[in-house]
Amino acid sequence: MMDDRAPGDAHLAACLASDLDGSFETLVLAHQDRLFTIAHRIGGDPLDAEELVQDAFVRAYRAIAGYPPERVRELRLRGWLTTILLNAGRNRLRVRRVPTVELAFEPGAEPEADPLARRDERDTWARLLGALSPAQRTAVVLRHVDGLSYAEIAEAVGRPEGTVKAHVHRGLTALRAALVAAEASEPTEHPRNPGRHEHRERREREEITA
Amino acid sequence: MTTQSSWTTDPTAAEAAILTSLREPAPAGLAHATLVAVGLADDYALIESPVGPLRVAWNGRGVSAVESAVDDAAFESRFHARTGRQARRREALPVELARKIERRLAGDRHNRIDLDLRGSSDFEQAVWLKALEIPRGEVRPYGWIAAEIGRPKAVRAVGTALGHNPVPLIVPCHRVVRSDGTIGQYSLGGPENKRTILSNEGLDPDELEGLARAGIRFIGSDTTRIYCMPTCHDARRVTERHKLEFRSARAAAAAGYRPCRHCRPLAAAIA
Repeated sequence: MMDDRAPGDAHLAACLASDLDGSFETLVLAHQDRLFTIAHRIGGDPLDAEELVQDAFVRAYRAIAGYPPERVRELRLRGWLTTILLNAGRNRLRVRRVPTVELAFEPGAEPEADPLARRDERDTWARLLGALSPAQRTAVVLRHVDGLSYAEIAEAVGRPEGTVKAHVHRGLTALRAALVAAEASEPTEHPRNPGRHEHRERREREEITA
Repeated sequence: MTTQSSWTTDPTAAEAAILTSLREPAPAGLAHATLVAVGLADDYALIESPVGPLRVAWNGRGVSAVESAVDDAAFESRFHARTGRQARRREALPVELARKIERRLAGDRHNRIDLDLRGSSDFEQAVWLKALEIPRGEVRPYGWIAAEIGRPKAVRAVGTALGHNPVPLIVPCHRVVRSDGTIGQYSLGGPENKRTILSNEGLDPDELEGLARAGIRFIGSDTTRIYCMPTCHDARRVTERHKLEFRSARAAAAAGYRPCRHCRPLAAAIA
């Protein structure tokens, strides 16, 4: 059977199976940055994210401690940890949005005096991500920030791959539309390819849970 | 399937670069805090005690060390040598834990403090758990512990186990004295500290050793006809007029006295 696990994860799973306490730190160091990124980019608050990641690792430790070694050896750690993180944060991750970003979408809204608006592209995208529906935000972050496969995401969020792809598609489309709207209020910054306009569409407000 | 333009799941190269740039490193303390939570690393902080500042270490499983090391470096290296884990200095104990330890040192035996005693033997844990039963202001001989845990001949091993107590004060090994009544050794900075702590708990170590020198091991009351360990709170309630002193359990039994059910002096007598 082909092993589509991330490089290093198969070896790490084998180490965890034979010596959990001796290799758990390696697991934490290998995955803490990506889990923190996911929790922060989906949830929006770095302190919450830190707490959530710690919680997820503790859950993972306890789960591994209770699994037979052969089950631990087979774990696809990258996706499995993501699943635990999303489960741990389900309530907290679900409804959070960043209100200042919502304002940026309002047509005719006054130009923002907020210095945030003049920060670089990266910050703009981070804020726009915060305005996506939770399902879209989760899908875009897992697919294009973290780089999980659609199969891994489908398992982590408990939805079919087709649904996840649709969320990524709508999420990207909404991000582009939001960027255009944001640029419209500050035309001198970040000139864009006008071809993008065809993607502009009304963002639907889904009440889909992540 | 709709047209390509309305079914895009891949960002452009420029968009992909920005999305990837949203990756970020976890905060510096996260890995250590995580390891502490599962008990693979520890935090520690200073607390005040009758014998000066002590270093108390803890993790998600419980309190793992109480030590009177001279400085952080000495503490950390000793801690690592004993447990194989890293301990990191904190400003203070978690509020709840600090409160619990304070109450425990004040004599409240019933507020539960989780202890991380990994790496110790069943025998050691039995000795430490038994020491936890000795109330503040009282002492018991090593032999009493040995008999109470069903190993009456293991008196010397009890002494060794108490010497290895990783959490002195919380597990009150200072309340265990030599079977001849002298105060004996103490792992937390030596016998002088043991005297200080016992005095602080309301005992007079000199008086205790005086009784032992005079060969007096038990105190009886002629009204109840019960005999006790000298520091048992029941013995200390007996007025001088009704107090009898016994040199052995046999002498007490011969006089028609029965052992106290609280301090269980027979265990000490067997040893």
